[in-house]
This record gives sequence, C-alpha cells and structure tokens, in this order.
Amino acid sequence: MNRHTAPGDSQDDARASQPSPLLRTFVEQAPSPPDAARAGVDRALVSVIEPYRVDPPHTRSEILRATGLRKSFRKGPVVVPVLRGVDLTVRQGEFLAVVGQSGSGKSTLLHLLGTLDAPDEGEIHFEDRRIDNLASPQRDVLRNKRFGMIFQFYHLLPEFNVLENVLAPLMIAQSVPGYLFRRRRYRRRAAEILKILGLDHRLKHRPRELSGGEMQRTAIARALVTRPDLLLADEPTGNLDYETGREILEVLCRLNRQQNLTIVMVTHDQGIAQQADRVVRLVDGRVQSA
Amino acid sequence: MYKFLLCWRYLRTRYIALASIISVMLGVATMIVVNSVMSGFVTEMHNRLHGILSDVVVESWSINGFADAEAHMEKIRQVAGDSIESMTPTVEVWAMLSYGRGNQTISVPVRLIGIDPATQGRVSDFAKYLQHPANRRQPSFQLRQGGYDVRDHQAGLGAVERPQMAKAGWPHRREWARRWAQAEAARRVREQLERQRRPKPEDHRPDVFADDRPTEPEVVFDPAEHCWDGAVIGFALASSPDEEGHPRFRLMPGDDIQLATLSASPRKPELVARDFTVTDLYESKMSEYDGQLVFVPIDVLQDMRGMKDPESGKRFVNQIQIKLKPGVDGREVRDRLRAAFSPHYYSVSTWQDKQGPLLSAVHMEIMILNILLFLIIAVAGFGILAIFLMIVVEKTRDIGILKSLGASRGGIMGIFLGYGFSLGLVGSGIGLALGLVFVHNINDIAKWLGKITGQPIFDPKIYYFYTIPTIVDPWTITWIVLGALAIAVLSSILPALRAALLHPVEALRYE
Repeated sequence: MNRHTAPGDSQDDARASQPSPLLRTFVEQAPSPPDAARAGVDRALVSVIEPYRVDPPHTRSEILRATGLRKSFRKGPVVVPVLRGVDLTVRQGEFLAVVGQSGSGKSTLLHLLGTLDAPDEGEIHFEDRRIDNLASPQRDVLRNKRFGMIFQFYHLLPEFNVLENVLAPLMIAQSVPGYLFRRRRYRRRAAEILKILGLDHRLKHRPRELSGGEMQRTAIARALVTRPDLLLADEPTGNLDYETGREILEVLCRLNRQQNLTIVMVTHDQGIAQQADRVVRLVDGRVQSA
Repeated sequence: MYKFLLCWRYLRTRYIALASIISVMLGVATMIVVNSVMSGFVTEMHNRLHGILSDVVVESWSINGFADAEAHMEKIRQVAGDSIESMTPTVEVWAMLSYGRGNQTISVPVRLIGIDPATQGRVSDFAKYLQHPANRRQPSFQLRQGGYDVRDHQAGLGAVERPQMAKAGWPHRREWARRWAQAEAARRVREQLERQRRPKPEDHRPDVFADDRPTEPEVVFDPAEHCWDGAVIGFALASSPDEEGHPRFRLMPGDDIQLATLSASPRKPELVARDFTVTDLYESKMSEYDGQLVFVPIDVLQDMRGMKDPESGKRFVNQIQIKLKPGVDGREVRDRLRAAFSPHYYSVSTWQDKQGPLLSAVHMEIMILNILLFLIIAVAGFGILAIFLMIVVEKTRDIGILKSLGASRGGIMGIFLGYGFSLGLVGSGIGLALGLVFVHNINDIAKWLGKITGQPIFDPKIYYFYTIPTIVDPWTITWIVLGALAIAVLSSILPALRAALLHPVEALRYE
C-alpha cells in the first residue's frame, strides 16, 4: 500500500485519479498533443466526434419552464417594462439560444432564470419545482449546486488565481473543514477541467494576466466544476474577437453534445445563435420562436 | 473557505487598510504602556503605603490615648487572635522639630511617633527604610559608630551616591562637637575681652542673688562623648535633593534636634520639649511620610508627655498596630474589632481605610485614562468603518460574482467581518508587541527622550523612584486586545451588512 495515502482516502483517490464521468469522453477521445492543448481547445476534435444523441430534444423531459414572466425597472419616476410575459421551456440536454437586440431584456431574463433576480409576475419551475419565490438561502444553494453561469465580462475574482477562481464555487459549497478534507480531490477535479480547456499552464496566473478567451474558459471551468444541470451563458462571446468566440462556442457545443449539458445562452449575434439546437427571439419583452 | 482566502488576499493587497492597522496598533500600544506604568505606580505606592502602615490600627479618638496597652492587646487577641501575627503599641502626636543651622533655628511641624523598636519592625516595613544595615535587621535608637549606607539601598543599580553619609553617626557628631567647642571657646574669649575692655557699671555692685558657684566644671554633657535619646527622622526632613537628585543634608545621624509637643494633661496642656539625637533616617520614598515622620522610643515620648496614670503607674498609648497573618481579610478583622471596641472611644481602620482617598483618586485616574485611550481605539474603529465602506464599493462586482456563484448573505458578511477581525488582530498584535517592548525598555526610552528634549521625562526628585516602575498585567492586556478586536469587528458590521444586502444583479452590473 502506498504509505503516503491514508486508507480512507485510497478509494477517493482512485476515483479521482480517473477523469470524472462528465469529462471522460473528452479525455478518452481527445489525446490532444501538448502544443495543440496550449493553443486552446482542440478544434479538430469537434469535427471528429460525431454528434451523439440519445433521442431528439423535443421528446425529452422539461428541465426549466418559465411562464408569464414580467419584469420592469424603475428609472427615477419612469417605470420601464423589460419583460412583458415571457413563456419559455427548456428541455433536458437542449442547447437553447435566446437572441435579442441589446436592451431587449435578454440578460434580465437570464438573471431571472438564474434566480439572481425575482420576476414581478410569472413563475419559474426548475425540475417541476417553483424556484422564483424561494427563500434566499435556497436560491443560493440552487445557484451554487445546480446552475452554472458564465458572463460577457467573465466576472472572475481578481484576487484569486485561475485555479482558485475555478475552486470558488466548491469553497462556497463546503464548510471550511469539509473543503479542507476534500481539497486534494477538488483541486484535481479543477485542474482536470482546466487541462481539457487548455489552461493547465495558467493555473497560478491571476485573471489580469490572461487573454479574454482564457478568462472566458476559466469562467466556463468555474461553471462546470460543480457539475451543474443547467448552464446559463450571458453573451459568452460578446467581448471576444471572432476566432476566440468560435472557440468558446465550440466548447459549449461539445459540452452540450457529449455531456448532454443543458445550456441556455443569450446573445445578440444571430450567427452565434445558429450553433444552438433551438433559437428563440426576444422582441418587445416577449418570446418569438425563430 | 473563500472567506478566509479573500480576507487574506485583501489583507495583503489593500494597503489602505494599513492605516487602520496602524491606528489600532498605536491605540493598543499606548494603552498597554499607560496601564503598565500606572499599575506599576499603584503597586509601588500600595507596597510603600502598606509598608509604612500596619494592616489594622486600633486607635483612640483622643491623642492622649488609653491606659494599659497590654490589656488592650490581650482583648484584641481574644477577639481576633487567630488572624493576628503581631502587634505593637504606638503613640502618635503632632510636634515641632527644631534644629540650629548657623545662627538661626529652623522649626518644622512633624508627626511624632513613639514606637517600640523591638516590635515595630514586626508589624510594618519600618526597618526596611532605615539607612544603617544593622538597624534594618533590628531597629534601635542607639547612635552608630558609622557604616551608614553611602548609596540608596532601595534604588538598585544606578543609585545616587551619598558620600556625606560615610561619616554619619559618631564621627560626624565628634567633628561637629569639636567645631562647636572651638566656636564656643572663641566666643567665651571674645566675651571676656569685651568685658575687660568696657566693664559695665553694674558689674561693680555685687549681685547678692547671684549663684557664685563656678559653672564651668558642671558641664556634664559633652556632645563629643554623649548623646540624647535617639530619634529617627524622615529623609525629606533631613535633606532635600539638588538639581541632579543628590541629597543635600541639613541633618545627619549624629546631629542634635529638639522636639516640642504638648503634654498629655487633659485640662491644661503645656508645651514640653526635649533634646534628641538623630540616629537614623527613614526613607520610604513617599514624600508625605518622609517629610513628616519622626520616630522616638515610645517610653521617652510617654515620659515627655506625662502619659502615665499617677495611681496605677500604667502607661498610656494611643494606637495599637496590628499585622495580620498572610491571606487574612483586613476588613473582616476590622469589623470584628469594631464590634468589640466602643466606637465612642476607639477607631478601628485598615490601612486601605487610612489611605482611601489617595488610592481611590489614583484608581479614578487610571479609569479616566483608560476611557480616554480607549476612545483612541474607537477612533481607529471609525477609520476601519470608512476604509471598509470604500473597499465594499471597490469590491461591489466581486460581491456580485460571489453571489452569482451561490455565496450566502452570511458568507459575504463573513468576509468583511473576518477582514475587520484580522485587521484588529494584526493591529493589536503589533501593538501588543510594540507596547511590551516599550514597557520593557521604558527607562532607557525615558532617558533617551530626556536627552533629546533636554528635559527629564522622569524626574526622581518628584517621584522618589529612581526608575519608572512597570507591571504588565496579563489580564489587563487580554482586555485591551479583546476590546480592540471587538471595536474592529463592530466597526466592520455596517460595511459588511451593506455588502451582504447588495443586489446581485446591480452588483454584477457595477462598473
């Protein structure tokens, strides 16, 4: 027996040394050369792997359903309605793009879906449980454990390095002793995800030392580290050049296809939205199918 | 976990927080220094006061006292014998001390205390404050041949030299007597010459009442060979310090003094006076005592004042000094004795009762100083508040990010409370170290500061201490540090609440 490993940990370690189920396909099917990994995501990979689907999206079960969402903001004395009754259904394993002009309320919609904000009217159900009226601690848990979020401006913590940023949701999820106890496993998990996203040489770097694409990939790693059921992406390519934006989008597509991860992405870019399974349009605070 | 990590990162990267660390640090250091010095002074004062006074005193309201000290001591022993270590009777009266200096006589009011040299040393630290080593072992009122301390035995290293004390005692007395005799002889010769030159007319008529016996051979008191009854006088009565703190002696062991007081006759007190010879000096370093107390043997004082019952021959005393066994509560013994002795004639008090106003004044001083100094730390608290509000604004987006990742309000609050706590911890930790180092080297620092400013910071002339006494009380320090931490945490509550209540969406949008 390895004398450096406590008996209780051996099982954990054995499991952790294997890639997590979420990412196993990535690793097994992508023996990417080191230079290619450093360059970013292995672009060839996406074309090599045939889309793998259990069944067509429209037959799958609903994961998220919003009905009659209304939200207005107050600007001084003027009340500005942003959402005027949005109805939206997201199915398990679906990649949904919400397209809208800037100011059409697509970010607001995403915030409502992610329980960062509460609607004035309407209901949101996640796995048949109403979530828009949950108490704040329960919403915190939901955001932490079930949802992953990525933003246009990456929103990384400048005081943390890449690895710590990715670990942040796990730190939030666990008590201090709980985190310290699982620290090794968590670090391995985070490092593994970062490696797949081509950031394994950046672990100790601060966000300000990264390029935009690297920052967004860090943010994706952070969103994935808790193995969420739903990924909410707010203009994930909005701040990136075309090439880098494509890369990020491919990462999202692969996650959707290979891991069956449900993704809701809002964007103003019709071209980017085309990558999704389904596109809806947000016009005048209402949803129109595209 | 992220709370601690963020706290630590904020602590290391926000240099503006150093300002509040420094203010907490200075407040804590100042409080530690002031409290240590004050408690050093108080303890020193306590020790000295307690050393001068006995634990409990039974005294009569009248300075003429009560007869039969033995009977009283027996009664005290019956009442509280189990708590009493030793007792001694004393007589205390106001008196006038006079001594010749050149052509004039100097008179000062004093407190004259008649003590039993055999037992006085057992109830108080009387002996400890004497200047002759043999007298410190066993007080006596005999003039010594010499051997008085030439340096302050209480001051330790760096004590001021007192070279004059080298010939104190008999050598000083003989020297003085020789000069006096010379002067006297010279005066007599001068008088004789005067008389021969201008004989007065009266001298021709024989004085029928004149005592024509020759007076010269009758002088039996030769100051070079004899001395009067011994008296121990306070150091400040005998000397005063000069600019450098060296004592300038007006009186030394071997000098003669005259003590005048009132007789104990209740109806018609008369002035009674007697000559004494200074045999030692009493230096308790408490100016109130060193400048007032004169000790003489109790029987001499009783004779002088006529404190004696003409019928039974029993002597009067007006105080019985009691030393308690260690650990006995003086107030409890006092109360028992109060019950036993009629309050119409007797007053029973502990040493704290006697010095109550002084002790409580000093305690009040410490209290007020502490309140004022704690306000300094409170000011530091407001600094933390202001800086934290700034940091919360600066970190608004981070707060939004953490919330979007599922951090709870409590967690966000925890970051800033923990940050405040760690600022307080670092500030008070450094302040603690700084304060302790300062206290440890306070005498060197005072000397150095004195040199720089050209004005002595700590003047032994005023305090009678040669070094600044300090006592570091772990409890006081614990309270200071806890107080500083509490203020740091309290002042971060408001910024922390503000951070916790930020709306996540607005925080994320914040640029």
